[in-house]
Amino acid sequence: METLVDNDLIARPDESLGRAFSAPKPKDAAKASKRIKRSHRQIRTETFFRRSLIIVGLLMVALVFAIMLTLIVESIPSIKALGAGYLWGKTWDPVKDVYGALPFLMGTLLTSFLALLISVPFSFAVAIVLGEYYPQGWLSNLLKNMVELIAAVPSVIYGFWGLAVLVPIVRTFETSLGVPPMGYGIFSSSLILAIMIIPYAASLGRSMIQMVPANLKEAAYSLGATRWEVIRSVILPYTKSGLFAGVLLSLGRALGETMAVTMVIGNTTLMPNGIFSTGNTMASVIANELGEADKVVYNSALVELGLVLFLVTVVINMIGKKVIGKFTNE
Amino acid sequence: MDAHIKYRIGKSSAFQIVTILFAAACVVPLLAILYYIISAGISKVDWNFITNVEKPVGEVGGGIAHALVGSMLIILGASVIAIPLGILCGIFLSENKKSRLAYWSRLSVDILQGVPSIVIGIVAYIWIVKPLGYSAISGSIALSIMMLPIIIRSTEETLKMLPDSLREAAFALGVPFHRVILKVIVPCGISGILSGVMLSIARIAGETAPLLFTAFGYQFLSTNMAKPMETLPHLIFKYAITPYKDWQDLAWGASCILLLWVLLLNIFTKLITRRWKVQL
Repeated sequence: METLVDNDLIARPDESLGRAFSAPKPKDAAKASKRIKRSHRQIRTETFFRRSLIIVGLLMVALVFAIMLTLIVESIPSIKALGAGYLWGKTWDPVKDVYGALPFLMGTLLTSFLALLISVPFSFAVAIVLGEYYPQGWLSNLLKNMVELIAAVPSVIYGFWGLAVLVPIVRTFETSLGVPPMGYGIFSSSLILAIMIIPYAASLGRSMIQMVPANLKEAAYSLGATRWEVIRSVILPYTKSGLFAGVLLSLGRALGETMAVTMVIGNTTLMPNGIFSTGNTMASVIANELGEADKVVYNSALVELGLVLFLVTVVINMIGKKVIGKFTNE
Repeated sequence: MDAHIKYRIGKSSAFQIVTILFAAACVVPLLAILYYIISAGISKVDWNFITNVEKPVGEVGGGIAHALVGSMLIILGASVIAIPLGILCGIFLSENKKSRLAYWSRLSVDILQGVPSIVIGIVAYIWIVKPLGYSAISGSIALSIMMLPIIIRSTEETLKMLPDSLREAAFALGVPFHRVILKVIVPCGISGILSGVMLSIARIAGETAPLLFTAFGYQFLSTNMAKPMETLPHLIFKYAITPYKDWQDLAWGASCILLLWVLLLNIFTKLITRRWKVQL
């Protein structure tokens, strides 16, 4: 019995309060009951609001789990039919039901790492210029905004520009090198990707370099170090984990980039033999073939590629975030 | 001066010059793209181009009206889904800094931010297109998943920076929780929230990969969200890889419009954030 009473009090605290305070004056009864109703409604709204916040928070967790679960469930037919050899198979021939993803894995790795190799000097240069040499002023502000705009240009426009401008340039370059001049291929895709991923490492690197304590730099200057020596032996060692995280984030972008790569890589399913050959990345093969994949295993094999892409980018991003978190806490 | 010191100073300035040159070189491709796309595209854009739909190869006067309308509708649909959810989740994360659910929720948002857009396209394809067929609404849902992390992050960061005294003053007056949030906290942070929303719209306006197998593309003007619909980025992709000059011209004009649209949104957001002194 006691618990019942307690529950009653907890559930309607305002009513009991209202009764206690307004009971002596019958004149105010109408007013009081109005107030009670209003506070009832407010409590209900408040509970509803709190609950919906929690539900939305849960929804995000559920969304990520649902994405992962969907990818896993949908790739079960291909895992069952093809096994682990799927990732090491060298031929991809949906007509004959032969599925091997190695050409696409190689294509993704080659384009992403080549793009990183090209873009890292540029993004570090931007980070150093904006973080150390010219942290203020309209010119550095302009440079900062321009570099951020690089990330804003839609990837399909990079692809179109690459198709119209970059591919012919690469073709002439290949002719002068003496390799088969196709223009399309891994090298062109890497160039486009390198441009696209500059801003990620650059903006993270800039904020990291700006966080280097001034007294460290001043100590080095007071010992007679030149600017280059300060950068090399104070700033770079201090920020190396942050710069590494920036490179990881860039890599994550490069791995998952689809449209620009699809448009210039040439879309062949053969094993790439060198950086000038045509190929396909995991993302581009999905973009090209998922809409037409009518067979269950074919469709599921493509989804499995998506699963691999998802897991790899999640791991890379998590490591990057961990490194940044550690750096900013210190 | 000692020759060695001279050498060290020379090395230092040489490094500085090289670094500045490399940094300046980053701007070159951006300017080249802007110049090339705009100079090739602007001549194709006229009144007919904006008001007509596409025509077969050989007929003059094709336009991109259907793609413009489709892009707007799909972005609108994505915003309707993502903006309320994103803002609510941002509020949740900023109000519960240390709870266990908030930790997992924040982790999920981080993961979501890194997921490649093509993977979100696959998931929307499996969830909606496989049972129901290609539809504009499936494209909206895919894009809304991409908008969420950006809105959530900017909302959370903005609200976190508001002083606790603001919230405490409101609570001390006996204001219920939801009114403190909706009438005090959110209005104070509205500039940051809005710029996050605009940034997310700018981000998805140019997305193609999630739309390839969701909104799919359509050659006529359509406003039916349950049917396939053309979008600007998808039209560019479709026609950029055709060999026909008429269609490529359509793609150039469309790229020009898309590029200007996205850049203006970005620049506008930047100006607002500077005006309102928001940190993102």
